[in-house]
Amino acid sequence: MSEQIPFVEYLHLAPTPHLVAHQCTSCGARFFDRRNACASCFGTSFADADIATEGFVRSFTIVSFAAPGIPVPFVSAIIECDGTSVRGNLTNVTADPEHVSLGMKVRLTTYVVGSDEAGTEAVNFAFEPVS
Amino acid sequence: MSSGDVWILGINMTKFGKHTDKDTVDLAAQAAMAALADGGVTMADMGVLAAGCLMGGGGIAQMIQKQIGQTGIPAYNVSNACATGATALRVVYMSIKSGECDFGLAVGVEKLSGVGLLSGGNRKDDGKTWNRFGRYGAVASTDGRIGTDTMPGVFAQVGMEYAHKYGGADFKLFAQISEKNHAHSTLNPLAAYQKRFTLDEIMNDMMIAYPNTRAMCSANCDGGAAAVLVSDAKLKTLSLEQQRRAVKISASVLTSDPYEEACQVLPDVNTLTRRAAAQAYAKAGIGPEDLDLVELHDCFATAELVHYDNLGLCKPGEAADFFKSGATWRDGSTPVNVSGGLESKGHPIAATGIANVWEVCHHLRGEAGDRQIQGAKVGLAHVIGLGSACGIHILEKSGL
Ligand SMILES: [Zn+2]
Repeated sequence: MSEQIPFVEYLHLAPTPHLVAHQCTSCGARFFDRRNACASCFGTSFADADIATEGFVRSFTIVSFAAPGIPVPFVSAIIECDGTSVRGNLTNVTADPEHVSLGMKVRLTTYVVGSDEAGTEAVNFAFEPVS
Repeated sequence: MSSGDVWILGINMTKFGKHTDKDTVDLAAQAAMAALADGGVTMADMGVLAAGCLMGGGGIAQMIQKQIGQTGIPAYNVSNACATGATALRVVYMSIKSGECDFGLAVGVEKLSGVGLLSGGNRKDDGKTWNRFGRYGAVASTDGRIGTDTMPGVFAQVGMEYAHKYGGADFKLFAQISEKNHAHSTLNPLAAYQKRFTLDEIMNDMMIAYPNTRAMCSANCDGGAAAVLVSDAKLKTLSLEQQRRAVKISASVLTSDPYEEACQVLPDVNTLTRRAAAQAYAKAGIGPEDLDLVELHDCFATAELVHYDNLGLCKPGEAADFFKSGATWRDGSTPVNVSGGLESKGHPIAATGIANVWEVCHHLRGEAGDRQIQGAKVGLAHVIGLGSACGIHILEKSGL
């Protein structure tokens, strides 16, 4: 089996795929990107925090017009995962307003984006409806 | 008039649309010279210049000076996303407020015709081997793979979040907001588009990012706008006619994002607008119920709805009902975007934050012709640039 790496550093593939945030040890604010200090309290100490893999759709759009190379239409959504807001695409759902709804329950899933010349697969996350 | 007030003495916007024979400096110079003429002053009077052209690189202020008058005054080049024009205006306002000068000129200009939809930038080509870059350590562009960076998509989510929180808003309602603004634009000869669309035409137009169709997106176009500001003390020495046409800046506010939990994944355009509005109303001693007209940042139809609430035009959570009551049509209780808004008047980014002030001034001066809001005495102009920056100006008619 070819080697797999996560598409972004805040996606952890093991033991099961989940997102990990940098959590401010002073105020608890969570960030997916690298921060020099906490935007909320200016603290400089962070610890890893696992993000819940299930949540609900707080907002979404169905993008039909995007930069070259991006397959359309796709669903971009804001998912609330046990109090933490996550941005991601919805997958395994038809990209139309009849099939996507505000408040729908979703869970994290992964898929292979592609392979590089060394055969390494980049694995990204998305959210799928909980049936 | 009271000591310390700052006034708009002269103001102008060019026709918005396609200007194939003019570059950004031409459009900026045209607006600036017209604003000076409107105020009855010249570059010799100006003590400060602030100018912005978001997509044009640096140095627009000095380029303008070379076309209309190099007098050696401080020149500020301003860049603050879609709030660039409002920021330029506020730089001049602050210079006068500080006592450094009595007159100043603010200019915003942009050429966007044919640029296509505003997006979060082009996707980076994927490399031969995965290499991590950026603060998320991504191996390729996240746009389209982890949500969307496109502006129509981001603002669609802003509107849908409101719909989820409070209910009452759907595709049709957002389209009806666009229907209103396009209808308003038919009375504005300077608008890029002056075409009225039926609700069906809007809903069946090309879908860009649900629920925003093409007609519900701001129109990319070329345009410039400029304003001459004057101190209260100096205004008193000018002619009665100049004093009568001067418009008081009762509040000039600029805010940025305070930290909110979700702002790292979806720009929060609400909190900073609410804060700016609260500050502006307090400074002006004016409430939302006193406003005779509002020009707000309808970069997308979905954005206009949330700003009814953010600006306190309606009760919290009741923006959909407020719109359905007809309040924001030009014959309603709080006319919003009687210029046609960004969806039809157009959105030459850096010009927008001065052009919306021009629209309000036009009504307060009683010079708005066919689209005049009768008896208008107080108005509000709002812009928001993602990132974010929110500019609000409350304007009042001269008492003379
Ligand atoms: Zn903190």
